[in-house]
Formats: sequence, structure tokens, C-alpha cells
Amino acid sequence: MTASAVPAPAPAPAAETGPLLTARGLSVTFGAASIVSRLRHEERVLRAVDGVDLEIRRGEALALVGESGSGKSTLARALTGLIPPSKGEIAFEGRVLPARRSRSDQRRIQMVFQDPYSSLNPRMTVASMLSELLRVHHVVPRSEVGSFSRELLDLVGLGEEALPAYPRQFSGGQRQRVAIARALALRPDILLADEPVSALDVSVQATILNLLRDLRAELGLTLMLISHNLAVVRHLCDRVAVMYLGRIIEVAPTETLFSDPQHPYTRGLLAAIPRISAPVEEAPAVQGDPPSPLRIPTGCRFRTRCPIAQPVCEQEDPALTVSAGAPAHSAACHFAFTSLPVPVHGAGHQGEDQPSPSQ
Amino acid sequence: MTGSLLEVRDLHVQIATRRGIVRAVDGVSFEVPRGEAMGLVGESGSGKSMTLRAILGVLPTEARVTSGQVLLDGQDLVPLRQSDLNRIRGPKMSMIFQEPMSALNPVMRVGRQIAEGPIVHLGVGNAKAAQIALDLMRRVGIPDPERRFRAYPHEFSGGMRQRVMIAIALACEPEIILCDEPTTALDVTIQDQILRLLARLCRESGVSLVFVTHDLPVVAQVCQQLSVMYGGKLVESGPVRDVLHEPRHPYTLGLVRSAPDFDDVRESLVPIPGSPPSLISPPDGCRFHPRCKFAEQDCQVTEPPLRLLAGGRATACLHYERCIESLEAERAAQ
Repeated sequence: MTASAVPAPAPAPAAETGPLLTARGLSVTFGAASIVSRLRHEERVLRAVDGVDLEIRRGEALALVGESGSGKSTLARALTGLIPPSKGEIAFEGRVLPARRSRSDQRRIQMVFQDPYSSLNPRMTVASMLSELLRVHHVVPRSEVGSFSRELLDLVGLGEEALPAYPRQFSGGQRQRVAIARALALRPDILLADEPVSALDVSVQATILNLLRDLRAELGLTLMLISHNLAVVRHLCDRVAVMYLGRIIEVAPTETLFSDPQHPYTRGLLAAIPRISAPVEEAPAVQGDPPSPLRIPTGCRFRTRCPIAQPVCEQEDPALTVSAGAPAHSAACHFAFTSLPVPVHGAGHQGEDQPSPSQ
Repeated sequence: MTGSLLEVRDLHVQIATRRGIVRAVDGVSFEVPRGEAMGLVGESGSGKSMTLRAILGVLPTEARVTSGQVLLDGQDLVPLRQSDLNRIRGPKMSMIFQEPMSALNPVMRVGRQIAEGPIVHLGVGNAKAAQIALDLMRRVGIPDPERRFRAYPHEFSGGMRQRVMIAIALACEPEIILCDEPTTALDVTIQDQILRLLARLCRESGVSLVFVTHDLPVVAQVCQQLSVMYGGKLVESGPVRDVLHEPRHPYTLGLVRSAPDFDDVRESLVPIPGSPPSLISPPDGCRFHPRCKFAEQDCQVTEPPLRLLAGGRATACLHYERCIESLEAERAAQ
């Protein structure tokens, strides 16, 4: 694999420029009205994404974590332009993107989906998949389509013998490589990967995670990784955003988030990670099920499961506020960044400098 | 420990396909002592689910046990007819599946589904069975059981459905529960709740578990013993933390090194090269040798037997010392 194979996107401008992709007040709602609710004149709206502010900086790897139903995939799809936002705006390099994006805007943000068995057209060979894309988007001159396709496959660790093959002839890991090659074919600035390894076997997951890491290093790719696996996130990402019921409730650099989580939900999420070193002893880290996005609780949306909820949490919806001490760390909790006595959860986290018990 | 509750001896399961005979389980032996939880780990196609299904007698129609024994309390289950097995399933053993939505009856009220086992298997009256079901719903942590008793599965969340499955599995007070990836479809926080519930129920009622999963940290949460399967064979077994911290088989070592561990962040993950073997024509000698970095000449010829090691451990590797050397070298480098 060489860096020259696929020319990097626009050369990274000097540091300290604005964010590459920005979401401001982004909401995505789905009408969930049944006949009964219409007759009763009830408003039934599913708020999948409910007022998200997020910045993705050029060259970084940002993780989006949260439970199923927290809206992480919907947010990713809205950022890609696959779902129109119902409120708020998405800006690319400071320029607000219209609801219907031009082809060149579509090209810049590409996505890799979770299930490589359903995201590839079973009736198209790899060669036809790639050449269609390259032609429609005029990525390279027609005469170079073949050679560029081979370069793409080489980049993701597949040989040119993959070109005439159909998806069914590949294993799960190889299919995911094809899906990544397809996303990279358009020379995107941002690659959104939605649970790219959770459908794969453990020994194969490592190859895809290593591939994503290498691609970042070689192409200077900006990566947004959606995952429920915090171990994967810790391996791959610089910054983590935690989502709960359609809202981002904490953002911080990876190690800060894991060593000094401020939101009680983040703390619970960390304590819930199954670990080889610590057996199950204490009470569950987070009690109960997440509420339905059709009925988001008033005030703080986590208060129904929160171990430290106070009356104020029912009244006021806490905004995502930046820590006074650490400007990169923000959390949406009334008691974040305070020295309020907060019950400490189970296993807790060991700092990087301490040896882990497995050693 | 009062002897083994479940003993699997030299189990072979074959599946007839158009392309040939798949040796899905090829000579697997293990024991599960009373009150213990054993994890069965492997990748897809390693034969772990087939082993579980063979124990329960619910193999798909194309598959059959060609030889070996499944001894539950000393009684061999393999030659039994389905009607005889029905007397054992429920009161002696039960199963929890991966996808609770497809394992539950969508048109039967949840309470009735839990009560069905005691009514059918234990001959309990309807009112008594309903009481048992209510108690179980409380024990597995379903809130407001009186109201939820009359609900249908679709009214439950994934985690609550899995609690219903666990209540059904417990309903006839079995001695052993077979779990097939019971938390794979769940979120981390819900998985955490279910794992803690299973561990607590195990402690309280002394029920044994066989826990099939591909997730190593999950096994460490619930099980005391661990068996690792590869290509239809058992390649390593022993106390769970010993096996995960000090693997004695290159495949186990590979699994541990390829999975990202939250507490042990490495520069890069080390994938296992190649892909799992064909079970129609598996490689000669050790089935792992084409992917093994320690493989030598004899690995291509000699099929390694499962050898006993100190500390209640066993490995099916001819050169398992290489794992020890590799681990020591790794630690020295740090």
C-alpha cells in the first residue's frame, strides 16, 4: 500500500483552521402517527436526533457512541445527506450545505455501512460497482477507470483478481474491504463508518480496524466511527462524542473521556463494558431500559435512569457546556465539572500510567 | 463440586450438504460440574452452536450425531427419542437463545409462556403455574409483573424479552441451562444487566450453565471454565482467566491479540492471518497449522490430541511452549 495510490483529498491546510464539518442545532424527526393518534389529534413525533451541535476537524478520528436508538446512525445519515434534517444546518468547511446536495458535495462525505452482506449489490461485480461510481462522479478520465480501480483494491488489501468477482464470492471481511474501497473511490474528505466491524468475526475485525487506521495515516482521511464497542473506539479514535436519546451528552478527547467521565451516563457506559480482568460483582452500571424517543423525559433526558438525579434535573434541560478547566471537554449534566459528591460506579477506570491487571 | 452434571464424550456431528459431509463437531469432549458455568468460545463455523444443539437434541434436520455420548447425570441423551427428551428438557435442562423475539411466541401472553413449562412438564395447575410465573418475573427483574404478565412479547424491549427467556428457562428449575449468545443482540448497558442477572441466578440456585459466545470479555464475566473451539474441535480448556491471560494454544493467543481490549490499548491489533478451515475437507494434522505462526513440520502431519496440563488446563497444541515463550518475550519488551 502506498500513499500515492489514491491522491489525498485537498491538501490539509495549515493547522488551526475551522472545522471540516459542522452540525448546528441538527434535528431529525420522523412522523410516527398512527390512525388512532391522528383521530385523537395527538402529536406523535419520533425525535431520532434532537438538537445536535457537533464539529469534526480535518484529519481527526471522532467516535460516536451510544445505545441502539440513541440516534447515532440517523445522525450519520443526516450528515451524509441520506436523510434530510428537519431542523438545523450542516456546514462543510463553513459553507452551509443545501438539503439537496450537489454531486460534488455528495462526493465529499462517504459512508461505510454495518452489514457488508446487504450494502453491496449482489448482481454487480466489483469492477462494475467501482467503474459506475468513477464514471458518474467523473473522478478520473474514462481511460484510467481500470487502473484506478486496481489502485483502490490494492489500497484496501485486495488484489486485482477481486475485480471480476461478485459480492457472494467474498468473505465478510473481504466484503467490508470492497465497501471501503467503494467509499474511497470518490476521494472523500470524510469517511463515516457505521459499526464497520460488528457483523464480522473477532479475528477478522482486527484486519478492518487496522486497515482504517492505516488509511487514516496514509490518506490523511477524516474519520467518524460509530460504534457501541468502546474498546474499538479507544483503539482508533482521538475524540469521543456520547449520544443519548438523540442528543450529544458528552464530548472529550478519548483518554480524557475514559479517565475522567463527567456525565453519569458515560460513567455507567464505561462500567458496563465487559472486562477480562474484572468479574461481575456489583449492581448493574445503568439500571433500566432507555426511554422511547417518542416520549423523551422532561428536563434532563437521562434523569429516569440517573443514579444522582435531583429535582432540578426534572425542571431544566442541561445544555452541553464546556469545562472551565479543559476546553476540549464538554458535558450536558447539571453536576458536571463540579466537585459534588457523586456515587462512583463499579469497576471504574485505571489511568494509562498504571499497569493493567492483565500484565 | 459433586461430580460432573454434564459430560460430553467424543461427540461427532455431521451435516450432509450437496458439496459433501460437513464435520461440524469432530470429537469434542468436556465436562460441566454441578453449579459451574462453562464458556464455549469460537468463531462462526467453529461448531460451538452445533455442540449446544446436539446436547439439547435440537439439531437441524440435515445434521445428526454420528458418534459420541452426551451424559446428563449419567444418562446418555443421544439415543433417546424426542418424546423421551421432552421429559428431560424443561425439568433437567433448558436453553436461552440469541434472538428472544424469534424464540418467543408472538401471539401468546408472556405470563402464559412462562407458566407453560410447569404446566406441561411438572403437571402444575393453572393457578399455581401463574403464581410461579409471577415469582419468576420478579426474580429476573421485570418491573410491574402483575401488569406485564398479560403483555405480549412485542410490548417488551430487547432486554426485557431476554429476561422473559431467562424466566422461561428457569421455570421448571432445571439443573443446567444452555445459552447461545444470549447477549449478542443487546446494548452494552443491557448486556451488563443480563450478565449480572445470570451470574446471580447461578450463584443463588446452583444451576449450571454452558455459555456459547464469541466475545471473550463476556465469558470472563459469567463463567469459571472456558473451552475454545476451532474447526469443530476443542483446542484449549481451563479456568477462564488463566486461559485468557496465559493462553496455551496459538489460536486462543490469536483471538486474545486480535480483539481490542479496553484495558490494554496496543499500537495495532494482530489479526489471525487466513480464514477458518473448510469442515468438508479440513487440513491434515493440526487444523490450525495453515494460520499458525508457530507451525512446524509435524503440525502438518500429526493431529494433536488434547493434552492435560497443570492447573486443570488442557491444550491441543504440539508446541504450546511457544505460546509461553511468545508471552514472555512480549512482557519483556514492555
